[in-house]
Amino acid sequence: MILQALMNGLIAGTMIGLGAIGITLTYSILRFANFAHGELISWGAYAALGVSSALATAYAPLATPIGPFSFGWSLPIGLLASMVLTGLLALLVDVLLFGRLRARKSAVIILVMAGFGAALTLRSLLEFLVTSKPAYFTNALQIAVKLAPGLRATPDQLLSLAVSAILVLAVHLLLSHTAIGRAMRAVSENQQLAALAGVDVRQTIRIVWLLGAALAAVAGVMAGLLVQIRPHMGHDLLLPLFAAAILGGIGSVPGAMLGGLIVGLTEALAVQFIGAEWRAAVAFVILVAVLLLRPQGLFGRPA
Amino acid sequence: MIELISYGAFFLTVALTYAITCLGLNVQWGQTGLFNVGVAGFVGIGAYASALLTTPDDPVRLGGFGLPIIVGWLGAMAAAGLLSLLVGLLTIRLRADYLAIATFGVAVVVQLCALNLEPLTGGPFGIGFIPRPFGWLAEDRMTFGLLNLGIVAVTTLGVYLGLERLLRSPWGRVLRAIREDEQAALALGKNAFAFRLQAFVIGGAIMGLAGAVQAHFIGFIAPENYVPMLTFQVWAMLIVGGSGNNRGAVLGAVLVWAVWAASAALISAVVPPEAQARAAALQIVMIGLAICVMLLVRPRGILGEVRTVSRHVNEASGKK
Repeated sequence: MILQALMNGLIAGTMIGLGAIGITLTYSILRFANFAHGELISWGAYAALGVSSALATAYAPLATPIGPFSFGWSLPIGLLASMVLTGLLALLVDVLLFGRLRARKSAVIILVMAGFGAALTLRSLLEFLVTSKPAYFTNALQIAVKLAPGLRATPDQLLSLAVSAILVLAVHLLLSHTAIGRAMRAVSENQQLAALAGVDVRQTIRIVWLLGAALAAVAGVMAGLLVQIRPHMGHDLLLPLFAAAILGGIGSVPGAMLGGLIVGLTEALAVQFIGAEWRAAVAFVILVAVLLLRPQGLFGRPA
Repeated sequence: MIELISYGAFFLTVALTYAITCLGLNVQWGQTGLFNVGVAGFVGIGAYASALLTTPDDPVRLGGFGLPIIVGWLGAMAAAGLLSLLVGLLTIRLRADYLAIATFGVAVVVQLCALNLEPLTGGPFGIGFIPRPFGWLAEDRMTFGLLNLGIVAVTTLGVYLGLERLLRSPWGRVLRAIREDEQAALALGKNAFAFRLQAFVIGGAIMGLAGAVQAHFIGFIAPENYVPMLTFQVWAMLIVGGSGNNRGAVLGAVLVWAVWAASAALISAVVPPEAQARAAALQIVMIGLAICVMLLVRPRGILGEVRTVSRHVNEASGKK
């Protein structure tokens, strides 16, 4: 039982971690807590659903399940399309809203508030477009594979774990070993100095949005594949995402993933031992504990 | 005619309970620059505290204690104030947006507690039989409505006058100084943390009061009254009306509530029943857009902040 709970927590935790990486990047580079990030997760899931259903309708063989998985090739293609589309959505919001406020040198907290308004608009617009009825990528039932005594996981779940691990590693390498990663870190340290040193700040900000949104889309598709797709899915994840990002230390990609895993595992244990109805409180308790004991997070530097 | 007057009284009473919430938020955001995204949580805890204190004894849950309504109101302020104190102590020293994230969490947790702590809150069914002021007159809808409007109006006016007094006092000026230039205020020996904390607690207590006033007017509360939507509405009210301006907070509350109520009435009259949930989603899009557009186009709101709050400055410069 406990082993199974840990497995579920691990899977939920990687989803939270992927979302939290997007939050931590925008937070450290654009310097504000983006409340609209959860909506990118929901929009990403629906964009993938739209593309993948359209593909499956146009060419039925794309819908036949690949090997042991519950979905056909339409979903991976839909995911790639959704990463691009969600990135474009993030850029659009930046051009319409955040960019204008930045250009006006608005206070950080005005940006936070704008994100809060944007979140409300995006979420309700999505609800208007697709209604609040849950949707699914596939109706195929999957048999869980027995991994060890008392421990089962579906092939989809194992694939999600592997994809998350690869993505975290890729983002980490991107930040630490490439020119664009260096530019991001420079902008995060000091925007003026970075600009003086020849870093194209606006270009860097655009790439941060694209990257954060693409990761959000992946998290959304995973959540949709493993649980279900709802317009409120991103909003419900927001508190765990922030808890994970702050626990890991703002700006730290491995920290965000580790934070996500801790939040996911704690939630699973709470569901096991306290009761499923208290799940949503876990992230808050973790958040309070971090703010009390180590406000800079596990890998963060003191402000 | 009587229908119209009693509906008008009902509408204004509800709008004014929002106005009280909005005044509380104005102390935190408008005066001090503290971003509270958990308004619904503070309003909710006030409503529940007051309901617990004033309802008649109920065998299936703790309390009620059957105390007078005014005790319930004070208890609501104390409960919401205490919650604000704890949240403030935790986050106000840290980065500005940590307060936002923490209050967001507070709202989630308060709602969760209302839903799950059944022995205390009645769970999903909420608490009924909350005593209403002049409840014995409920048969006569017009008198009842007007008397209740009177009570809520007097409460709103009291909060408004108290806050105006505070805003123009040395205390209010220090708050503004801290918001505009913290370094300068610190150099003058003002303890920025303590002032911010006080403002946060006062604002939170007022939100709790608003929750209690509303609960006693409606007579019934349930967890779904305190969803994040409430927070969004109150924020839209403050931003539209003009943050930093107490009159703006009241004006924004009445205005936004009027638009909200009118559009809800329009939807239920025009839209077929099966499409109403979708239309309601559009209504929320409107609130979100209002927040974003106001921030972009007219960040100071309809009534902007009053630049000079000290009458001494006016006297000294010979104006007035």
